[in-house]
Amino acid sequence: MIEITNVSLAYGQRTVLRDISLTLSERRIAIVGANGSGKSSFARLLNGLLLPSEGTVKVDGLDTRSHGKDVRRKVGFVFQNPDNQIVFPVVEEDLAFGMKNLGFTKDTIAAKTTEILTRYDMLDLREHPAHLLSGGQKQLLAISGVLVMDPAYVVLDEPTTLLDLRNKRRITRAIDALDQTVIIASHDLDLLGDYDRVIVFDEGGIVADDVPGKAIPFYVNRMS
Amino acid sequence: MLDLYSPGTSPLHRLSPGPKMLVLMIGATALFLNESLPITVGALCGVLLLYPVAQLTLKQAWQQIRPLLWIFALFFALQWWFSGIALAAYVVLRLAALILLASLVTLTTRSSDMIETMTWALGFLRPLGVNPAKVGLAISLALRFIPVLAQIAQEVREAQKARGLERSVLAVAMPVAIRTIKMADDISDAIESRGYRP
Ligand SMILES: Nc1ncnc2c1ncn2[C@@H]1O[C@H](COP(=O)(O)OP(=O)(O)OP(=O)(O)O)[C@@H](O)[C@H]1O
Ligand SMILES: [Mg+2]
Repeated sequence: MIEITNVSLAYGQRTVLRDISLTLSERRIAIVGANGSGKSSFARLLNGLLLPSEGTVKVDGLDTRSHGKDVRRKVGFVFQNPDNQIVFPVVEEDLAFGMKNLGFTKDTIAAKTTEILTRYDMLDLREHPAHLLSGGQKQLLAISGVLVMDPAYVVLDEPTTLLDLRNKRRITRAIDALDQTVIIASHDLDLLGDYDRVIVFDEGGIVADDVPGKAIPFYVNRMS
Repeated sequence: MLDLYSPGTSPLHRLSPGPKMLVLMIGATALFLNESLPITVGALCGVLLLYPVAQLTLKQAWQQIRPLLWIFALFFALQWWFSGIALAAYVVLRLAALILLASLVTLTTRSSDMIETMTWALGFLRPLGVNPAKVGLAISLALRFIPVLAQIAQEVREAQKARGLERSVLAVAMPVAIRTIKMADDISDAIESRGYRP
């Protein structure tokens, strides 16, 4: 469970999130909102990449302010642009990066690498240079790099925005199949129909928080 | 130069990176100390013979040399002008042998293994406050992001071309710089998210 209590966030003088309180306990949670409404900033609060200017964020009772490292171990983060989170030149090296940071043994790393690449049908790309992968493969690699660290939560910031329709579907299917709790910021509303909860952001505040059947039409209406 | 590693199972692939890098260093030094043209030719042929041994084709060997061809031509011309054709041939063949030898090592060694070995070898700098693991990460990041930066520069150049600005250094450099800084921000967030402890 992630508890957000009276959280505000400012970049310098500019407040971009205002007094937000939420308890996130559903398995599938989506965050929607216009450009600049604060979705990415909110997502970054959840694993302590950003700390609130006021209020607290707690993940399973751990405050992101005092337990940053433990929180990041629990909460994996997938960015919009996979190119910016694949940090090693070769597929298997990149997968190993997070696991080495957690002190996994060589054998464990090799086994988990095989397992995740098999899951996403990319085993033959094990020694492939990362920059030669397709957009969809890059995003799957980015997600894999997070999953091999065994997080309990996966936060994704617009993971499908840069992809074509086919790869959007592929990534969506991969996300839908995750065992973890998923919190996703997205502009692809049609992918969110099965979600447990949709939270609508507007100018740094929450204007709707409901099941998709209600929250999405509300948001669409507000946008038009 | 960027698709450094060519996967394979040859004896050269299986040899651990330490000895390979040591041989490279000794070989390079020897090539520079040697002044005989026949020995240089012999060394070049020797290196070329090692390509098939490493399950690499002579085409791959040629690909290592091809991007540098104009430098070779320049060296050759200058040396010929100043010192005669024999010395010109010697200088250019020595350079070719050196590059092929170095490429042979990079083509048969994963960059991660090479970086690990370098990190280990740099251990003696630790008392001076150098963190070899950080140096290793920096090298990996450079290898990973050079192609990404090249791609960004290409995109920006194309975008500015559409506006007739491709010849303006500023119109190309500024967007590239801004995107690079934004990217660097995300990369450092990603590294932190993935549990890296400096
Ligand atoms: N590092 C930063 N420094 C200053 N202002 C920022 C920074 N990052 C974001 N902002 C501002 O904060 C506000 C919220 O941005 P944020 O990226 O969280 O929105 P978003 O909902 O993710 O938008 P988008 O849909 O475009 O991704 C925006 O007005 C943005 O300009
Ligand atoms: Mg965003």
